[in-house]
Amino acid sequence: MTTNILEMRSITKTFPGVKALADVTLEVARGEIHAICGENGAGKSTLMKVLSGVYPIGTYDGDIVFENEVVQFKDIRDSEAVGVVIIHQELALSPYLSIAENIFLNNEVKGAFGLIDWNKANLEASKLLARVGLKENPTTKIMDIGVGKQQLVEIAKALSKRVKLLILDEPTAALNDEDSAHLLDLIIHLKEQGITSIIISHKLNEIKKIADSVTVIRDGKTIETIAKDDVTEERIIKDMVGRDLEHRYPDHTPHIGEEILRVENWTAHHPQDVTRVTVDNVNLNVRRGEIVGIAGLMGAGRTEFAMSLFGRSYGSRISGKVFKNGKEIKTRTVAEAIDNGLAYATEDRKQYGLNLIDDIKRNISAASLSKLVKLGLVDDNEEFKVANEYRKSMNIKSPTVLAKTGKLSGGNQQKVVLSKWMYSNPDVLILDEPTRGIDVGAKYEIYTIINKLASEGKGVIVISSELPELLGICDRIYALSEGRITGELPIAEANPESLIKLMTMEKPR
Amino acid sequence: MTDTTQKAGGAEAKPSSNTGVKDAFAHIVQDLGKNGIFLALIAVVVLFAVLTDGILLRPQNISNLIVQNGYILILAIGMVLVIVAGHIDLSVGSVAAFVGAVSGVLIRDLGFEWWMAIFAGLLVGALVGAWQGFWIAYVGIPAFIVTLAGMLIFRGLALVVLGNSNIGSFPEGFRALGNGFLTDVFGKFDIDPFTLGIGVIAIVGLVIQQIRTRRGRQAYAQDVEPLVWFIAKMALVSAGILWIAWALASFKGIPITLIVLAVLVLIYGIVSNRSVFGRHIYAIGGNRHAAELSGVKTKQVDFFIFVNMGVLAALAGLVFTARLNLAGPKAGDGFELEAISAAFIGGAAVQGGVGTIAGAIIGGLIIGVLNNGMSILGIGIDWQQAVKGFVLLLAVAFDVFNKRRAGGR
Repeated sequence: MTTNILEMRSITKTFPGVKALADVTLEVARGEIHAICGENGAGKSTLMKVLSGVYPIGTYDGDIVFENEVVQFKDIRDSEAVGVVIIHQELALSPYLSIAENIFLNNEVKGAFGLIDWNKANLEASKLLARVGLKENPTTKIMDIGVGKQQLVEIAKALSKRVKLLILDEPTAALNDEDSAHLLDLIIHLKEQGITSIIISHKLNEIKKIADSVTVIRDGKTIETIAKDDVTEERIIKDMVGRDLEHRYPDHTPHIGEEILRVENWTAHHPQDVTRVTVDNVNLNVRRGEIVGIAGLMGAGRTEFAMSLFGRSYGSRISGKVFKNGKEIKTRTVAEAIDNGLAYATEDRKQYGLNLIDDIKRNISAASLSKLVKLGLVDDNEEFKVANEYRKSMNIKSPTVLAKTGKLSGGNQQKVVLSKWMYSNPDVLILDEPTRGIDVGAKYEIYTIINKLASEGKGVIVISSELPELLGICDRIYALSEGRITGELPIAEANPESLIKLMTMEKPR
Repeated sequence: MTDTTQKAGGAEAKPSSNTGVKDAFAHIVQDLGKNGIFLALIAVVVLFAVLTDGILLRPQNISNLIVQNGYILILAIGMVLVIVAGHIDLSVGSVAAFVGAVSGVLIRDLGFEWWMAIFAGLLVGALVGAWQGFWIAYVGIPAFIVTLAGMLIFRGLALVVLGNSNIGSFPEGFRALGNGFLTDVFGKFDIDPFTLGIGVIAIVGLVIQQIRTRRGRQAYAQDVEPLVWFIAKMALVSAGILWIAWALASFKGIPITLIVLAVLVLIYGIVSNRSVFGRHIYAIGGNRHAAELSGVKTKQVDFFIFVNMGVLAALAGLVFTARLNLAGPKAGDGFELEAISAAFIGGAAVQGGVGTIAGAIIGGLIIGVLNNGMSILGIGIDWQQAVKGFVLLLAVAFDVFNKRRAGGR
């Protein structure tokens, strides 16, 4: 008998090619706020998906003990039935339905003849909204309210399910400061009502504010659980990273040459709302052998900038000039951009970067088929040879290049994406979140590859949300805020505080 | 039929030959699994051969089978490319009817020569394809809607062109497209040596190509199947081709329709497998966004896929009209369903990105054998329709089941 509301014991979960969780333990005391920290790909979300039944019994090893009983969830409904409710990072709300409809989705308020009683539903919804402090009409459609309020609707939904253990995955990731503060207060308020919460977060200041204990997970293993009084930022970071910050990034001696790419007055408007400027008069340049970072908050316009530059793949009313080696070039289509020596590795590799049902070799050749054409046809054997060479030089963990990319781990998928672009032999590569969702070991390999590209005289632009990463590998960093370049710092002058200040600088009104 | 499927290496990346019976067996089973559709064809043939007391396998019937169902195969070739790219084309039956009608009018009323009419018909098909391709690729209307509209539009226009009557009595040259044979080229024999000779040449060509492919893969240290199995497959396929050649040789020789089909399969097999255009189609089908961001001109590819379908629909219409010696309002009825079924039975995926020419041909042959076999048995068209629908459902369910078992989620 224990005062723990939850104990996860020796949880192991494997996917093809990667062990996501290895013997993980987690103990959550009743009524506490328990934070789980870890890098991208450490296994935090996987662990919570095991807990909530998204990965049902039978797909993992180990035991989940909830309120002193071993539980075996077949699906989310089973976990919700005992009071375990998870709110995912990507909110599970239906945008065209109303607040009340969403709250009671699959849990409808029934009236006579088993039909839905909307009046009662809206009334119940109002009560729940009051509990979370959201003043909205329950008939308002989700898409008409901001993401901060949507988050509160999710919590109201959890309350309607009589939640005992609430799991929040990166709850403040998409919120501004005001909404974040309100949400954190709400979680403390729920604690006073006896609801236990698990928060997955890597915002260390938030964790310090509200967590009673912190469990750090790294590479699918539990590192340790720290009690509130012993929590310090250094300790968490060291646990999360496994090595000191200094050794996370490979050594790099820059040999920087002449300017290779210059972008002048680059402006783009939102594709649907053409009056909204999303990229605002951006001027930047890159030199041979240089690694330039673009830092910015979510929504600052970094990906929008890169995609509008790369063949007008994003945006409307695009204007500006691009110069390569001092000569103006046009990048009106992707093919034109590639022909002019640009390459762009997308932010979301699964959606935009790879053909997951196709094999490694066809993905590597995808942007460079013209190099493999002999007598009007693609030379399969040559393609195989080239892919194999990349498999070896990039250390892609797969026994053969005929394996489908959908089966590879995130890190290996990213290496395939990089191979594709390296094979197109560009002069400038734009890498958008190149290490997102990749384990620490693979990250190091990718940094090494980036350094190699720079040492070959190419210009590399790295867009990243992780400031330590930019500080660790770049020679120069631009800050982007609300579509504008707000600053440019050589690495010697760059540090998190100065960067964040630039990243949060608002447009003069 | 493995020339259009690539072998995935086994868990061990052993070069050249496989040692050990266990590896060999695993390879064979994997091969059979991937070529399941071919086995299904054989099973269907055997089934109906038995049910019809062997009538199915008579030379005249083999010949009829090819000639009567040629149009399905022509359409299936175009349709599989459309489906791989993530679209569908519901208009092919109506376009076939339309082109048949146009060709009839050109010959009867405008005095076109038969070969001019054929050429013009193909051109009309291309224009129809361009029309539909424009709406789909450049305006961005889903192919389902555009080709559904096309189905109505071109059926209507066919009726307009025909002026509510049939057109018959096409010139012999035209009719040869659907009904003609290369008969007695070397003179009259019981069993035509020319036909047999072509069969032998086909076998030799196929075997040489397969050997070269195998050698090529071995040279690059890719996995190849055990030699014994390779020889066995070659022997089986060669026997099959020889037997068909003998059957045709005992009847009227090689049907012109078969020549048309052979040329199409050859060309489109190469295009889909080895050409850049073919690669682009599979890339778009697998992940359109990724293809766009890799520099593939997706709109252009979409456009030409439909132009291509238009031409093939026209060809199918011409072949069908030639065989019936009649251009009528009911022509092409239900063609699209047979073509789409053929592509899916042959292994195409509904979401796109998967599907082969070879698969579509085999799928079309299965439908052809079903058509032919059930007709011999005297089964009414009503039941024939039900059976074909059922077969389509089963075939795709089996495919989905297989893929799920093989490790999808």
